[in-house]
Amino acid sequence: MEKYHFKPKSKIKEFIGRKFIAINAYASLLAIILIFIFIFKESIPIFTDADVKEEASVGKMVLKQHYYPDRPAKWSWQPNSEVPKFSLLPLFIGSIKAAIIAMLFAVPLALGAAIYVSEFASQRMREIIKPIIEILSGIPSVVLGFFALIVLATILQKIFGFTSRLNAINAGIALGLAVIPIVFTIAEDAMRAVPRSLRDASLALGANPWQVSSTVVLPAAFPGIAAGIILGFGRAVGETMIVLMASGNAAIISASFTDSIRTFAATIAAEMGEVVFGSTHYNVLFFIGTLLFVLTFLINLGGDLVLVKLKEKLQGKLS
Amino acid sequence: MKKIIVMLVMLTAIATMVISGSSITVKGSDTLVRLGQRWAEEYMKKNPGVTVQVSGGGSGTGIAALINGTTDICEASRDMKPKEYKIAEKRGVKPYRISVALDGIAVYLNKNNSVTELSLAQLKGIYTGSVTNWKEVGGEDHQIILYGRENNSGTYAFFKEHVLKKEDYADRTQTLPGTAAVVNAVEHDKYGIGYGGIAWATGVKDAKVKKDDNSPAVAPSLATVSNGTYPISRQLYWFFNGKPTGELKKIVNWALSEEGQKIAKEVDYIPLPQEMALKGMVK
Repeated sequence: MEKYHFKPKSKIKEFIGRKFIAINAYASLLAIILIFIFIFKESIPIFTDADVKEEASVGKMVLKQHYYPDRPAKWSWQPNSEVPKFSLLPLFIGSIKAAIIAMLFAVPLALGAAIYVSEFASQRMREIIKPIIEILSGIPSVVLGFFALIVLATILQKIFGFTSRLNAINAGIALGLAVIPIVFTIAEDAMRAVPRSLRDASLALGANPWQVSSTVVLPAAFPGIAAGIILGFGRAVGETMIVLMASGNAAIISASFTDSIRTFAATIAAEMGEVVFGSTHYNVLFFIGTLLFVLTFLINLGGDLVLVKLKEKLQGKLS
Repeated sequence: MKKIIVMLVMLTAIATMVISGSSITVKGSDTLVRLGQRWAEEYMKKNPGVTVQVSGGGSGTGIAALINGTTDICEASRDMKPKEYKIAEKRGVKPYRISVALDGIAVYLNKNNSVTELSLAQLKGIYTGSVTNWKEVGGEDHQIILYGRENNSGTYAFFKEHVLKKEDYADRTQTLPGTAAVVNAVEHDKYGIGYGGIAWATGVKDAKVKKDDNSPAVAPSLATVSNGTYPISRQLYWFFNGKPTGELKKIVNWALSEEGQKIAKEVDYIPLPQEMALKGMVK
């Protein structure tokens, strides 16, 4: 091959340009790693410092504790008490309850919308509906939380008459509104990516459009739908403002969804502002932050892996 | 290119000289934040070169900010805890406390609740969870819905120390991010109960509180808090790092003056008795 004779100036420019772009790419990766390291670093005393372990070792945060000699053992989150209590179980159950209600509310609506938009809607309807649902994802979560606190709680109270006005169902429905666009977008893309040939083949065999959707397209798009649900669940677990305003923030363990809940994310948001720098409470809050980080990271990783597998399948790499 | 850079540098220098004047940061108690903001407005009107920025976040947040050096004045509806004084000392911060107003903690009840008075012992039972039904305190047969503040709130801490005698709040207490939110919750919940500064009680009724079963039930008001007959009253503080000087000295002396205390009365806070205000002023 002929070697082109370039002027020395442009060789340096190209070198700098390439390195600059590479740095940008690695910077994001570095940011994630550093964030994790710094958050985890502040929670290390839970594993190493004797004073901190006295109040909040991993065992104390998970198992039932006997805080007072004359009262029964219980799980309790009362970090500012005379006898500080750091049990994480009520917070964990609260996060899961809110996420479950969010998914139960969001998934049927989002899937229904996705099936309609990808299989049955005319092109014009599709161009109207899809952007509108995606606008839902642009609503700031504090606005959704405010809506749930003032409007939704009153409506639910009028219809169902719950004992607690602010409860898991209230927060869960508002969370669901934030999750719907995520599940919808990914599920709809997955269904549209199913090859026309599959649809045409089943129509040719005599199926009607509903049978095509339910027996051919849905199963084929299932990995993508699963990925959407997983990513939506990740969003529901990590969402802060909505649960902070709409859930009542009472750290109780109960099977009922009509009771108030306190989630991991809301706990950090509410308590981080005042906590004394370097105290046990401070370490525990960072530990919760690490837990949330790892939890949402694993959920999102799982969802992305499923999406990758789906792409490979449709491109014929896997059978 | 060079000309543009020189111009930009000169413009920035001029801008900083014009904008700097002095600025005072005030952070802390959500109970005090309304008063802090009114004082800030009036003070800035009278002293045009000064900017005063006021924000809330809870007494605990303000104290943490004072210790971390991110605020000039910390508003607090409770005194600093011994733990906090120790940490301040470690960081080289010398908290200087000045009382700037009085406040009563009102107990909010829904206007449709049949109960109108509660004793301190009943309040303690309700908020620690040993009394769970309104019928136990003379009301309807229904569970009591507890509303309270987050644990960074000075109001939370004061109520805990003086009414609950340092016991824990019941786990069922729903925590809301500010007194306005507590008032809103009780307003919409017939069986709710809440607590917070007197100045915030619009749309709900205040319970009359009795010290014990034999005392008269006293409603919170300017008169009853000033003369001490309302059982749950407290002082509202401004904390400084060291004795205030310069602009900070000016603003606190102005707040303690007749003018400043009159403004406090206008926003439904309880002004200090005159001798107390004069004693608090910085010489």
